[in-house]
Amino acid sequence: MSNAMPSNAAGIGSPRKPVNEVVTEARFKGRRIQPLTIRLNHWMNALFIVLMAGSGLEIFAAYPSLGPQGAQYGWYPWQGVAPPGWLRIGGWLAGARHWHFAIAWFLVLNGLIYLAYFFGRGEWRRRLFLPARDAGNAVLMFGYYLRLLKTPPPTGFYNGLQRFAYSSVTIVIIIQVLSGLAIYKPVQLHWLLNLFGGYDAARVIHLLGLVFIAMFVATHIVLVLLHPRELLAMLTGGERG
Amino acid sequence: MAKVITRRKLLVGFAAASLLAGCDAPHPVSLFLKRMLRFNERFEGFIFSPSRLAPESPEKDLTPERAFPRYFIADTMPFPPVGWTLKVGGMVARPGVFTLDQLKAMPQAAMRVRHHCVEGWSAVAAWNGLRLSDLARAVGIDPRVRYVEFRSFDANYWSSWDLGSALHPQTLLAYGMNGHDLRPDHGAPLRVYSAVKLGYKNVKYLTEVNFLPNRTGGYWEDQGYDWFAGV
Repeated sequence: MSNAMPSNAAGIGSPRKPVNEVVTEARFKGRRIQPLTIRLNHWMNALFIVLMAGSGLEIFAAYPSLGPQGAQYGWYPWQGVAPPGWLRIGGWLAGARHWHFAIAWFLVLNGLIYLAYFFGRGEWRRRLFLPARDAGNAVLMFGYYLRLLKTPPPTGFYNGLQRFAYSSVTIVIIIQVLSGLAIYKPVQLHWLLNLFGGYDAARVIHLLGLVFIAMFVATHIVLVLLHPRELLAMLTGGERG
Repeated sequence: MAKVITRRKLLVGFAAASLLAGCDAPHPVSLFLKRMLRFNERFEGFIFSPSRLAPESPEKDLTPERAFPRYFIADTMPFPPVGWTLKVGGMVARPGVFTLDQLKAMPQAAMRVRHHCVEGWSAVAAWNGLRLSDLARAVGIDPRVRYVEFRSFDANYWSSWDLGSALHPQTLLAYGMNGHDLRPDHGAPLRVYSAVKLGYKNVKYLTEVNFLPNRTGGYWEDQGYDWFAGV
C-alpha cells in the first residue's frame, strides 16, 4: 500500500521522487502547475519590474554616486558613472519619478495579491524554500549545474535551487519596497529609514536590490529558455496535478 | 485543450483591447501619470505629520561647506539688492516689509539636519533663522489661508507650499548657516530652509512670502516636478 503510493498518487512524478514531495503534491490534485492567478501575477510583475528598474536607473542617473555629498563611499568604484541611456525609462528625472512612484503602487498591490494567494491557497507548500526539505536538494542541483554531478537530484514540483531563487527574489522585492519607501519619505518614515541604517545606506541597499533582481532575471530567462516547458506552463498553466 | 485556447484567446483579446484603448485616448500615458501624481500628492499629504520632527544630525555628519552643492537659476550668482527687504503679504492681517535686522530680532531657531535633494544626494548643514510659523503669527494669517508662496531675486525662482509643511517647526527662514551669516552662494541674505521638503522647495534669495487661499506652482513644479515634494 505505502509502496505503491509514490508512483501512482503523484501522477506525473518519477518513482524516485522524495516522499515529502509526494505528500505535498497530493494536496494540489487537480490544480495546474501555474494557476491563472499566478500566471497573471507573474506577467504583471514582469512588466512592473521592468518599469521600476528603468525609471529607477533614470533617477539614479541624476546622482550616480553612493554616499552623502563630501563623504562618498570609497568602496564604490563607479562614482559618478551614470547607467547607459537605453536602460533608462522616463526621459528625465521628473518623468522617471512619476513612473517610479506610480508603478510602485501597482507592484505593491500585485505583490499583496500574490502573497495572499501564496499563503491562502497553500501554494507556499510547493513553492517556498524550506531549508529542512530543500537545502540539500539545492546544493545537489547546484553541483549538477556546475557539472560536478552527472545527474540532477530527484525533484518534485520545483527543485531546491528553484525554490531558493524564487523565495529569495520575493524577499528582495519586499526589501526593495521597504527601502524605497524609506528613501521616498526619510523624515516621515524615519523609523523605517533607521532599519536600513540611514538615508545613504538605504539608497545603497535599494541599488543592491536592483542588482540582485537583474541577476535573477538574467538567470531566470536563460534557464527558462533551456526548459521551454516551464515557460509554456507560465503561459497556459501546464498540466493539472 | 479547448480550455487552453479559450484562455489564450482571452489573453490576446485583453492585450488587443488595452492597445486599442491606448490609441483612443489622446495621451493615455500622461493621463495615467497625471492621475497617479494626484494620488501620490494625497498620499504625501496623508503621511505628513505637522509635528513629526526630523532628527538632529550629529556634528560629525556635517558636510564640509565647499562640498554642499550650490544652485541658482540665474547665469551668475545673485547678490542681494541694496536695501533688501522681505515683503510679507497675501491674506494676512498685517502685511508688511521686514528688514533683516527686524527678522533677526524675532524668536530664533536653529537645527542641524540632513538635506535631501530630488537628485538623490544628501548633505548635512546647520541652519539658524526664524520659524516661518512665528512670522505667520506676527502678521496674523487668515483662517482661509491654505498655501504659502515664496519668491526670490534669483531670476524669479519661486515655489509654493502646503500650509502644514510651511508651519512645521523645522521650516525656517534662515539667515545663518554652519554658524556664520548666510553667504551669497547659499541664498543670502535670507532663504527658506526646511527639514520636511526636498531641496528645490527651499527657495533661496528670498524677497516675498505670500499666504494664499489658492495653490500656485513654482519654477520646477511648472516644468513637471512634483509639487508636494515632502520627505
